[in-house]
This record gives sequence, C-alpha cells and structure tokens, in this order.
Amino acid sequence: MAMAALRREGRRFAAPLISSQPMTAIRSSLIAEEQTPLGLRSISTQVVRNRMKSVKNIQKITKAMKMVAASKLRAIQTGAENSRGLWQPFTALLGDVPSVDVKKNVIVTISSDKGLCGGINSTSVKISKAIHKLTAGPEKETKYVILGEKAKAQLIRDSRKDIELSITELQKNPLNYTQVSVLADDILKNVEYDALRIVFNKFHSVVSFIPTMSTVLSPEVVEKEAESGGKLGELDSYEIEGGETKGEILQNLAEFQFSCVLFNAILENACSEQGARMSAMDSSSRNAGEMLDRLTLTYNRTRQASITTELIEIISGASALEG
Amino acid sequence: MIYLSFNKIIIIIIIILCKIFYSIRRRNRQKRVENNIQHPLSPADAPPLPISESADADAAAASSTTITTMFRQASRLLARSINQQPKMMARAFSTDVPATPTVDSTFVESWKKVIPNMEPPKTPLTFMQPRPSTPSTIPSKLTVNFVLPYASELSSKEVDMVIVPATTGQMGVLPGHVPTIAELKPGVLSVHEGNDVTKYFLSSGFAFIHANSVADIIAIEAVPIDQIDQSLVQKGLAEFTQKLSTATTDLEKAEAQIGVDVHSALNSALTG
Repeated sequence: MAMAALRREGRRFAAPLISSQPMTAIRSSLIAEEQTPLGLRSISTQVVRNRMKSVKNIQKITKAMKMVAASKLRAIQTGAENSRGLWQPFTALLGDVPSVDVKKNVIVTISSDKGLCGGINSTSVKISKAIHKLTAGPEKETKYVILGEKAKAQLIRDSRKDIELSITELQKNPLNYTQVSVLADDILKNVEYDALRIVFNKFHSVVSFIPTMSTVLSPEVVEKEAESGGKLGELDSYEIEGGETKGEILQNLAEFQFSCVLFNAILENACSEQGARMSAMDSSSRNAGEMLDRLTLTYNRTRQASITTELIEIISGASALEG
Repeated sequence: MIYLSFNKIIIIIIIILCKIFYSIRRRNRQKRVENNIQHPLSPADAPPLPISESADADAAAASSTTITTMFRQASRLLARSINQQPKMMARAFSTDVPATPTVDSTFVESWKKVIPNMEPPKTPLTFMQPRPSTPSTIPSKLTVNFVLPYASELSSKEVDMVIVPATTGQMGVLPGHVPTIAELKPGVLSVHEGNDVTKYFLSSGFAFIHANSVADIIAIEAVPIDQIDQSLVQKGLAEFTQKLSTATTDLEKAEAQIGVDVHSALNSALTG
C-alpha cells in the first residue's frame, strides 16, 4: 500500500519534473494499474514490451536495408571505376577552369531519388546554392538543372524560379551511357549556357564522399578563352581533323564532353548514395540495438518491481491474517 | 537537311550496333557455356544448338521492340566481354586520387571570399592523373589511352603506331605527331605494337593527340573485329538501304543514312 501511495505521489510530481531517468522508466512507473479480476494490482509491462517489439523490427529492417545497399554498391562500383577514364582526356585537352567568368551559368545538381542516405543530398544542395551565390552578379544569370527528387524538394523552396529543368527517376533502369546521352541531349537543347557546372558526390571510399564540381564550357567560351590565352591558350596549336569548321568540331566536342562527364558524375553519385545509405542504416541498426538494451533493462526492472509488489501484498496480507 | 546534334548521332549509331553485338555476345556466351559444361549424354547437346540459333533471331527481333531492355543487356554483355583483360585498378577503396593533388587557387580564393564557412568542392584537376610534359626530342613510343564508358580498354599503353578512323579518312598516328583534335566516324582502329596488330571496330567518338606523344581515343563502343558476324552485317546493310529508299521524313532519312554508313563501314572492316 505504501508503494501504491508513493506511486500516486510520483504521478503528481513527475509531470513538471525533468528527471535524469530515461523517459521509458518514468512512463513505465506511471502506467495505469491493470485491473485484474481478483482485485490484484500489478504494474503492466505491456507498453515496454510493445516498444521492444517495434524497435526490434526497426533493427531488422535497417539491417536488411544495409545489406541491400551493400549489394547494390558492389554492382555499381565497378561501373563507376571503369568510367573514370572517360573524363580525363577532356580535362587533359581543355584544362579545368572553374573560376571562369561567364554570363550564363547553369548548375546541374545530381542527387538521389530515395531518402535515408545520410547527408549527401544536403551537401550537394548546399554547394549548389553556394555556387549560385558565387556566380551571381550584375548581368549574370545562374539557373539550375536538377537530377533527382531530393535536390528538387530542397531547391524548390527558395529558388523555384531559377530551376530550368528537373529530371527524376534516373535509376529505374540500370544506368548506361545511352540513357545519359539522351538526357544530356535534352538538357543541352533546352538550356542556354555559357558554362555548365555539374555538382555531385565523388565516390572516394565506402565511408568518404567528396563533393565535386566539374565545369563544361560552351564552344563560344572555349574559343574566347583560347584566344585570350591562359589555360586554354594551347588549344589553338591543335590541328582540327574532320568537319568543315573549327566551330563545328568544338560544338561536337562540348556536347560529347558534357555527356561523358555527366555519365561519370551520375555513376559516382549513385555509388556515393549507396555507400551513404549503408553507413546510415548501419548506425541506425546500432542505435536500435542500444535502445533495445536500455528497454530490456527497463522491462526487467518493471517486471521485478511488479513481482516484488505482489509478494509484499501477499505477505502483508498473510501476516495480517495471522495476527 | 535536318540538324542532328552529336549526341543524337552517337545514340543512333549505338542502337544500330547493339543489335549486331547483342546477338553475337549471346551466341559467344552460349558457345562458351556449352564448351565448359561436359555433358555425359551427347544427344543432349544437339537439340540446344539449333534452338539457340532461332532463339538468337527471336531475341534480336524482340530486343529491337524494347529499346531499354536491349540497352541494359547489351551494356551488361559488352562490359562483361570487354573486361577480360586484367584491370589496373584492383583496389576496392580510394582508387584514383593521385599523390600530389593540384587545386585551382583562383577558384578556392574567390570561394573563400564569398562563402567563408564552407569547404570549396573539389574539381577534376584534383583527381587527374598527371600527364607527362612535352619532351624536347620525339619519343620512340606513342602512349595510347583508349577509353570507353564501360572500361578503359588501353590505359597508358606504349605502342608504335595507331590508325584511327577520322571523318576525313584513316589517319595514322606516330610518336611526334602534331597536336590534333580528330572527330571519328564508325570504323576500324588498329593498334600496332612491334609485329602485333590489334584491330577494334569503333563507334564514333573523338581522338586527341597531344604534343607529348600521348593519344587519347574516346569511343562509345568498341569490339574486336573477329567477333563481328558477317551475315548479320549483310542483313543489316540490306535492311537499312531499303529503309533509306522508303524513308519519308528527314529524321527517318538521317537515321537510315547513318545505318547504311555504319553497316558499310562494318562490311569494309571485315573485308579490308
């Protein structure tokens, strides 16, 4: 009976109290007493048991998602590594000038469609917004082309009017060059650009993803930069074989470069997405395991407390009878 | 005349080539499988062979209706067949960051001025394998990088000469060649090293020859010549010539023309 009184007092005080005990412990001691048919009162472990069941399920699900992400990563990783040689010849020829000053910038942000992949999409969006700020200025305009649902959701909130094109469901079919080529063609047809900046997460290892920005210049800008000297100055020394004019070749070159760089970028981002999902699900299952341990302790405490209460009631009842 | 962008042309060429290579790969794979599996009952081998022939024809017909499945399977098969050479990159992690990363300092500075709190993103310059500088004398060997989207066929291979199928004709490249940017048409690439000649049939692409005797050849599809089936080439050529004569719109005419070009190039590759 003393226990019941204490419990009732606890209920009155616990509401405004900020105790150091975990919430589950307080809740279990505040649980409404179960009304058994014999009038016996016992603390219910039902709520704790339900929580334990759901946390265990979450742990199983996240473990399974980690395995799935690991197998998908294995599948795409070889593809991404093989495609790494694709953009190097272009950078060797045309150099890499991210600090080029042009009027029309288009930022191509690559992100995932599905969530639960850690912070890579937020990183890409942050970098895209920063590049937007960097390339802003009088008479300059910067637009977005978004690949993937997650970046669209984040960018549409404050830069809705700057979004030129958004493409989703890239990974419905396994990625191959032809699909990316069609995509690149679409983008180039619908968007006017002087410089395209592709923002993606480069896959460095299973736990590290490096945000990267590749720059593809339009043929007019390439010619201008080549004339003005600097990094592209050696371009004039190259002979052009095929095609009628140098401009035509440069046009084809720019389109080809964009589709190659985009292909590599999409593959790397897909790898990064799977790797990030793996580590996110791994930490999630670990957290679920720890939560389960804490809940088990609470459960045992509650169970023992209810047994002790029953015993006390029985014994005090028996001793009252004896006299 | 209709204007087709470069990428569009490449896509059409790949669609055409996939039809041939898909059935070739399928047949090669089945032949290899049949050779590996030792059946105790030999009559069991006889029925699979004629069925596989018709299955290939059916597969080729069925695949042409669904382009996406064809791409998937073709790309998978192509990747599998091309990845037979031992690859340089065997490590699973941190594959291509070179020892001395180079950074574009003007970009980093302008970034830090506007956005001081965030790290600037890395640029491809950081991940670039460094290229040799231009030597003063003409080197004895040509370094060739032959890349495809699915693999690096040859990376930094030292050879004596390559012959690339530029749009202006077959172009031979020796060490010390003047720096050139060449657009490629579907044709044969032959790599000469000593007495060995390796020939590949390329879809279109680009070839860059730098002053330091490094040649970069970028193509979308490449197949060793001995894997091309003559009969399929003839069939395709006949089909596309017929399509060209019955084409109505500019787009159809352009596609049929490209088909005819590709198949005649394949033909001359096999005969020449």
